[in-house]
Amino acid sequence: MAGYSGLRVFSEGLRGNSGWRPAWRKPEPKPSYDVIVVGGGGHGLATAFYLAEIHGITNVAVIEKGPIGLGNTGRNTTIVRSNYLLPDNNNFYEHSLKLWEGLEQSLNYNVMMSQRGVLNLFHNDAQRNAAIRRGNSMRLNGVDSDLLDRDGVKAMCPLVDVDNGRFPVMGGLLQRRGGTARHDAVAWGFAHAADARGVDIIEQCEVTGMIVEGGAIQGVRTTRGEIRAPKVGLAVAGSTSLLTEMAGFRVPIESHLLQAFVSEGLKPLIDCVVTFGAGHFYISQSDKGGLVFGGGLDGYPNYGQRGTLREAEHVYAAGVSMIPALGRLRGLRSWAGIMDMSPDGSPFICRTPVRGLYMTAGWCYGGFKATPGSGWCHAWTIAKDEPHRLNAAFTLDRFRDGRLIDERGNGPFHWMH
Amino acid sequence: MLIPCPHCGPRDEVEFTYRGDATVMRPGPEDGIEAWDDYLHVRRNPRGWTVEWWLHSAGCRAVLKVRRHTVSNAIDGVALAGQPLEADPV
Repeated sequence: MAGYSGLRVFSEGLRGNSGWRPAWRKPEPKPSYDVIVVGGGGHGLATAFYLAEIHGITNVAVIEKGPIGLGNTGRNTTIVRSNYLLPDNNNFYEHSLKLWEGLEQSLNYNVMMSQRGVLNLFHNDAQRNAAIRRGNSMRLNGVDSDLLDRDGVKAMCPLVDVDNGRFPVMGGLLQRRGGTARHDAVAWGFAHAADARGVDIIEQCEVTGMIVEGGAIQGVRTTRGEIRAPKVGLAVAGSTSLLTEMAGFRVPIESHLLQAFVSEGLKPLIDCVVTFGAGHFYISQSDKGGLVFGGGLDGYPNYGQRGTLREAEHVYAAGVSMIPALGRLRGLRSWAGIMDMSPDGSPFICRTPVRGLYMTAGWCYGGFKATPGSGWCHAWTIAKDEPHRLNAAFTLDRFRDGRLIDERGNGPFHWMH
Repeated sequence: MLIPCPHCGPRDEVEFTYRGDATVMRPGPEDGIEAWDDYLHVRRNPRGWTVEWWLHSAGCRAVLKVRRHTVSNAIDGVALAGQPLEADPV
């Protein structure tokens, strides 16, 4: 039997762990499928899983240029939350969070979902008012949110320097149902569950061209030959522009770098996710003990997957401002992922100008928490050739029509969201 | 990344602010909504050589035209805003 369970772990332990099998097959690509999903990260694998699980479409290939889960799925800070102001975002991310809450049972895979709380600190009256407004907006949409005062922050996270001379903490907006999940396990879990339902996961297979005939997609050209399908979904965050260029159209996306960092391993120190309000910094502790933290974008378009020192310096400085105890820590590793930055900071899950070609893209730096919701909505859009109401607003032409979903009110500057 | 400013010499990137793609032309007021949507939102977003505006915000305040590689961050040619870039990408 292929399922995972506590009993199986126990019984395999008694048999020298000789019964474990690979979690997914390594099939050769077939000449054609009903649906091809390009991109074997969390979003692509989730798309394939929900196509099979909900829509009964199992003749599906997921094509990945390297091994699965090594793009942004393996490069994020693993935070899961749905604390958004605007209804379109809030409803979507809350749907995604609800999927997270049942994900391990759906996938039969431990993704180590931990609802440890996400706390956004604020440091002045204006930030407090914005936090209250966002918290109320969340509550109106049925999402949990709590406002903590200074003492509440101190009780929840004693290491935070609430009396910081430059940026004293006034309080924080807390979403208790937010938290973290194990990012690699999310890719592996979706791969395992999709594979078990008949999806072919084809690794080391790079898309080199799109076959478009008469304005409709007919398949893709890859390093392992031509693969045809009447429907193709793109889930290739960071490289969306390159693939749409192959299909003959451009998208409102810039690729920017976002860095993340991990410290040396420590005993339990921080049991929630905390974000700084006076600089771009957020932190949580992984189950291995390393502190995981991140900051803002590097500030200019880049495909290099290596971060720059200027942002690293800002992140470390902001971290020490928020939690002075971090000053004694050593950073262990840092890395960067390529973000699909959209002009309003919100994503695209939609049809495209090419018939039969769909995309989930433009995730800015919020893609990880969206993984199940993105896959769910992308699969719906592919299966029915029309969006679900949850992703109906996430279109490519919303800018032309003036229907932006600009959570931060920054205007059409991709690198400022 | 060091950006060779024509006024100040090679300076660290922290002194500069990215100001966008220098290859796009602003449409005229009557060019229509599609042209403006394309200009404001849609991007070439190349993986490779590109020409972009950088403001030397913590230096001489000049707006520079910089040819940069978006994977390696190599820089091949910098000019003041009104002047042409000379070398072709290598």
